[in-house]
Amino acid sequence: MSMQPQVVAELRSVVGRDHVIDGANDLRIFARDASIEGAMPDAVVLPANSAEVAAVVRLAAKHRVPVVPRGAGTGLSGGAVTIRGGIALQMTRMRRILEIDPVGQTALVEPGVVNQELSLAAASHGLFYAPDPSSQKACTIGGNAAENSGGPHCLYYGVTTNHVLGMEVVFADGSVHWVSGDTPDRIGLDLCGILVGSEGTLCTITKVKVRLLRQPPTVATMLAAFPTVESASHAVSAVIARGIVPAALEMMDQVTVGAVEAHYHAGYPTDAGAVLLVEVDGIAESTRELMSAIREVLAANEGYAMREAKTPAERELLWAGRKGAIGALGRIKPNYYLHDGVVPRTKLPQILSAVGEIGEHYKLPVANVFHAGDGNLHPNILFDLRDHGVLDQVESAGEEMLRAVIEFGGALSGEHGIGLEKSAFMPWVFSPDDLYVMHQVKDVLDPDGIMNPGKVFPDPDRKRARLAGRTGLAIEAKWW
Amino acid sequence: MAFDLLKDDDLATCVHCGLCLDACPTFRVTGLETESPRGRIQLMTEWKRGSLPFTEEQARHIDLCLGCRTCEAVCPSGVPYGRIIEAGRADMERARRPATKRWLARTALRQLVSHPTRLRAFGAMTRMAQTVGVTGAVRSGRQLPRLRAPFRAPQGDVAPAIGERRHRVAFLVGCVMPILYPQSHEAAVRLLQLAGCEVWFPPGERCCGALLAHNGDLDGAALLRDANTSVYAGEQFDALVVDSAGCGAHLKDFYPELKGRVKDLTEWLAEVGLPPANNEVKLRVTYQDACHLAHAQRIRKQPRDLIRAMPGVELVEMRHPEICCGAAGLYSTLEPSMSARILKEKMDDMLGTRAEIVVTANPGCQMQLATGIRSRGSNMNVEHVAELLLRAYSAPSP
Repeated sequence: MSMQPQVVAELRSVVGRDHVIDGANDLRIFARDASIEGAMPDAVVLPANSAEVAAVVRLAAKHRVPVVPRGAGTGLSGGAVTIRGGIALQMTRMRRILEIDPVGQTALVEPGVVNQELSLAAASHGLFYAPDPSSQKACTIGGNAAENSGGPHCLYYGVTTNHVLGMEVVFADGSVHWVSGDTPDRIGLDLCGILVGSEGTLCTITKVKVRLLRQPPTVATMLAAFPTVESASHAVSAVIARGIVPAALEMMDQVTVGAVEAHYHAGYPTDAGAVLLVEVDGIAESTRELMSAIREVLAANEGYAMREAKTPAERELLWAGRKGAIGALGRIKPNYYLHDGVVPRTKLPQILSAVGEIGEHYKLPVANVFHAGDGNLHPNILFDLRDHGVLDQVESAGEEMLRAVIEFGGALSGEHGIGLEKSAFMPWVFSPDDLYVMHQVKDVLDPDGIMNPGKVFPDPDRKRARLAGRTGLAIEAKWW
Repeated sequence: MAFDLLKDDDLATCVHCGLCLDACPTFRVTGLETESPRGRIQLMTEWKRGSLPFTEEQARHIDLCLGCRTCEAVCPSGVPYGRIIEAGRADMERARRPATKRWLARTALRQLVSHPTRLRAFGAMTRMAQTVGVTGAVRSGRQLPRLRAPFRAPQGDVAPAIGERRHRVAFLVGCVMPILYPQSHEAAVRLLQLAGCEVWFPPGERCCGALLAHNGDLDGAALLRDANTSVYAGEQFDALVVDSAGCGAHLKDFYPELKGRVKDLTEWLAEVGLPPANNEVKLRVTYQDACHLAHAQRIRKQPRDLIRAMPGVELVEMRHPEICCGAAGLYSTLEPSMSARILKEKMDDMLGTRAEIVVTANPGCQMQLATGIRSRGSNMNVEHVAELLLRAYSAPSP
């Protein structure tokens, strides 16, 4: 289904000739995000401001064309994939930081501002933006708000929704609204709370007002090795049980550490069964005290080779390794399938061994690198698409892992969103009543269903829950 | 259509994570996946596998790559982007229809830049043209610095060490650098001498071939490599010191015989050490990473350490010193409009530092930054890092 030339011409008249891409060959390059999904849009449109976004959405509403907002395309659940075609609304031209208020500690930004750019800009006022997804060097604030993204430091600081004060959004009829405001408390009906994390299914975000935090006076970062992922998991629970909430508490298994060390040379111990990266911040006295308490707990749980970063550069390198971990796995196999389930912390040892067994059953290597402190798993199934029939196996393994997560009382997603990937699994955790109410909200805000269709909600049209054979990498698999 | 120089295993290292996107200058100014490293890799992959037809329209996405390799430095998966883009361009050259602009570039590189004597004659002509003021008629002519007499190797092709001789190094004189920026070479050689190095200037050495390779002419580059390798063979030296980042990166990647002995000037000086400074200069300085030094050679610390060690000098960092200025070899001439958009971003960042001098480590960057500064009416000066470092030593008394 390609877009009618008339619609393309109208889009061009809104955003300018160069800012609409409709050549079939080029559209192919916009088919994927960082997940294994993919489907071609009919046009890519790059608006310059809210008014243009509104005009584009009005056109889409008039012609009943799907609209899928897209940031940097670093999402991991297929949220930006145009599964029903239509317009990929690429927000990357809107990348201005409109205002930083150092006294009120807020920033007003366009949705295409890159997460790390905001923290870099805020740094000159001694401030930072707390949610720090591993893709923060590339991912956008608009995308973060749409997905309610997390990151290593969200254990202590909270996820994106805790840092969004208000947003300017364009609804499916093309109307522009400002929701919520300047105060940290969202008074009245929390519309902003509904829209953050709605994954593009309710609105397009055109401005975001976020809270900035004062940079902590001291930060201490420590690396600890463990003989097994089980012992590291016990150590995580023990730290939290001791009443300590570190700024970040991250785990990497041996497979991951090997890949990371090959690129970053950060001094991760490659012979350990697992490593924990622990960070605490605050005033110097409390940092010191907390870190020594943590050391004690880790040591009591088989932790060894504990090493604190001595310089900011050393700390940065340790974090670079953690944040680049998923990409680094490309050194082992050229493709990955990454899941994002969450379990109660105390269940970490059980779920990790279940994940390991599933990987062994399917003879697929699995690397674990995740936010251990909040029980947010990232089992990463590694594969090479060039191996015939592997994709089907990968998907089965992924699905079984998610089932195990739910059996241990967990949730489908910690921070990557439901997107296309997990929409079919929503009934595992939500009752028909829950889903009905969600649909009601969707129907009010987007009665014609043009906003990011086919995402989040289980899709009755979808004959197969499976992705393989239909989208993304499956198409690529045919090359071999 | 054969894309056989591109290697499938290289392309398959890309896991499509997207962490490279905002490191790419062309993505930053266009916001387009098609002008990003991830998009370009996908395009070349699909060409190779035959799942997308090769078209001149899409070849533009590859043309618009600066080859700065910032993406390669940030890629956790270890995608060898430099190798991919050079192979992709060479494959593309065979596949596409001839075009005047590309033919001119290729011919100029093969027939002019590769021949030191022709290039010198061209330099002399340009100098005369500048004297009578006609070079302003063409855009690339306006970018040129005011030329002076070119750099020449001393009699006997050797410059002695100052003080005790501790090392013997070869020095890459190169193609355009001795003509455009003789003062940078002079400063570099002087620093080497101060560091106790006897400097040998290989007679008969030609262009290293970097400009050709970056432009998709791997065959031409191989001819130059073979010629130069025979010049270096049979002579004893501890290192081949290079003060132009693009050349250094190419020599490291493309000259297996020199393995481990090619050193950027700052890399070498940091290794062997400079004598204590005897001249204090009060200066506010900012440092622009040359792409082929920072990303291709991963050298960012050494030049900064050397600058910070200068008495009186304050180093003020830009927000993004690691992002390309848009010079990228012939890019500013071949793709002037994209180059200008990238330069604009760079100038906003650079002028914000309120530095008196911006230093860098590559002739193309020097020229591009000077163009940008002139267009903004700023009085910031551009220097090669060697020129700045030499300011820490008072001139020898006559």
